[in-house]
Amino acid sequence: MLTEKTLEKIKQIQKNYHSKKSAVMGALMAVQRDSGNNLTREDMDAVAKILDVNPVEIHAVAGFYTMYNWKKPVGRHHIQVCWNLSCSLLGAEHLISHMEKTLGITLGETTPDSMFTLTTAECLGSCGTAPMMQIGDDYYEDLTVEKVDKILADLRARS
Amino acid sequence: MEKILLKNIDKPEAYKLENYVANGGYKSIRKALEMEPDHIIQMVKDSNLRGRGGAGFPAGLKWSFIPKDPTLQKYLCCNADEGEPGTFKDRAIMDKDPHLLLEGMMITCYAIGASIGYVYIRGEFEYGASMLEAAIDEAYEKGFLGKDIFGSDFSLDLYVHRGAGAYICGEETALLESLEGGRGQPRKKPPFPALAGLYAKPTVINNVETLGCIPAILEKGPEWFKAIGPEKSPGTRICGVSGHVKKPGLYELPMGVPLRELIFDHCGGMRGNKPLKAVIPGGVSAPMLVEADIDTPMDFDSMAAKGTMLGSSAVIVMEEGTCMVKVAYITSRFFSHESCGKCTPCREGTSWQTRVLHRIEHGEGRPGDVELLESLCENIFGRTFCPLGDGAVMALRGALKHFKEEFVYHIQHKKCMVDS
Ligand SMILES: Cc1cc2nc3c(=O)[nH]c(=O)nc-3n(C[C@H](O)[C@H](O)[C@H](O)COP(=O)(O)O)c2cc1C
Ligand code: SF4
Ligand code: FES
Repeated sequence: MLTEKTLEKIKQIQKNYHSKKSAVMGALMAVQRDSGNNLTREDMDAVAKILDVNPVEIHAVAGFYTMYNWKKPVGRHHIQVCWNLSCSLLGAEHLISHMEKTLGITLGETTPDSMFTLTTAECLGSCGTAPMMQIGDDYYEDLTVEKVDKILADLRARS
Repeated sequence: MEKILLKNIDKPEAYKLENYVANGGYKSIRKALEMEPDHIIQMVKDSNLRGRGGAGFPAGLKWSFIPKDPTLQKYLCCNADEGEPGTFKDRAIMDKDPHLLLEGMMITCYAIGASIGYVYIRGEFEYGASMLEAAIDEAYEKGFLGKDIFGSDFSLDLYVHRGAGAYICGEETALLESLEGGRGQPRKKPPFPALAGLYAKPTVINNVETLGCIPAILEKGPEWFKAIGPEKSPGTRICGVSGHVKKPGLYELPMGVPLRELIFDHCGGMRGNKPLKAVIPGGVSAPMLVEADIDTPMDFDSMAAKGTMLGSSAVIVMEEGTCMVKVAYITSRFFSHESCGKCTPCREGTSWQTRVLHRIEHGEGRPGDVELLESLCENIFGRTFCPLGDGAVMALRGALKHFKEEFVYHIQHKKCMVDS
């Protein structure tokens, strides 16, 4: 079920374009943000109805882009560690295995309490402050193992 | 040296409209609105400004392809997808000085007769997108956007469109597909976007940094701009340096500064003073260079003459001890992940290439794998629908050209040459 807030947001997004279909990406993201960062089939179909676009096209869009989380639900904090070249040169791999150990999960998994999901990302445009990761909307840069531990502890404490 | 693009970014609250104005901003658009649009296009042509998104296409020439018919709706799309690995320059402008980009877009829209402009920003840059939206809101409040901007009879609306994670959407026709709400797969060219772009209407697509040069060209003139760096590839360039240097970061320098000066003077040299092994000069699609090449000037033509590309001027520096098989694997993994799947040589070729590199890297390489990689390159290069596939090949060929013996060693000894 889409909330009033999301419906309003979709209306706003539609105003940016002459074509209804152009609002698909923004609408899907608005819905996802309102549903704990996950996208369900029902919500996709609801978007299709509102925008008057064939549901098949909506599914195709959701499937094409990496930021739509529909394959597998993500936890409260989605950790995406950049493992492209600049970050790898400065130790991304080490950070990943450290986080796998401390969180007790492997890449692609979510902790049993649904607190953290750990995945990799391709270059996030922050290579001068490598290694880095994104959690939710936020960038964490110039990482070290110590910094990562503190970031995870802070997020745990906040929730 | 006078900065054009990063001149405001260290100033406090540079993102606010009032501060942009206090720093001399929004003068060029007022000047532009008093000029004939064609005159502005001519100025940009005369400046020899070349696109900063990667290909270095002359900006003024691109604008001149837009039909003059006033009844046609025209669009400007700013390419802020910034996905080429190693690149982090456009983000700085959008995060810290968004009005510079907006002013560049305003002038460009007026010159080409576009009443609507979009910034296509990669979805991960949520902070930059919200900074841009706030800047756009401020500009509307002041009458700098909307109907009859700055009291002229020119009306303009600007919008932010967020991507959702797909490197290929940086390719201009894939970007348009994505803006239209579909999967970001490239379109056949021709027709070129200048004739049939967004919603099949005439459209200019320019990179953030390209558009960021426009206000200065209007203010100081094409001759001034052309006098910075090589005449055929002029202006300043934001070099984003990452990897094994002491001071990674963004450096705005005149075009044509040699890599050596960038790395050893501006970036303080190599971290830990190890020797330099290789450097990628323009994002991972650009073939790597070695120590012997680093006196090459950083401009479009000099880099092309060395068999590589200035691209997005994302400089990735690697020290002695870096495993080139691993570098090739990481790069190939990226391309296969980002292949949009539209054409077979790229979709199948890049994932095959990645599988072979993966096994070599993990000590399971087979005799003949180097030859296999070379033949895969042969079968991908020049046979793909868009340049992404070529990028994957150029990156791998660069590594094989300089460091083939490392690949052979990996296969024969089942381990790495550099840490043995
Ligand atoms: C696979 C691929 C990815 C690209 N990514 C970007 C990008 O992230 N940003 C960009 O400005 N140009 C990118 N380009 C280049 C654009 O297609 C286009 O040439 C450019 O945006 C034109 O602007 P300019 O002339 O101002 O450089 C990419 C091209 C290809 C083939
Ligand atoms: S070369 Fe790759 S990215 Fe480009 S159209 Fe073909 S499959 Fe898509
Ligand atoms: S390589 Fe990690 S942010 Fe670019």
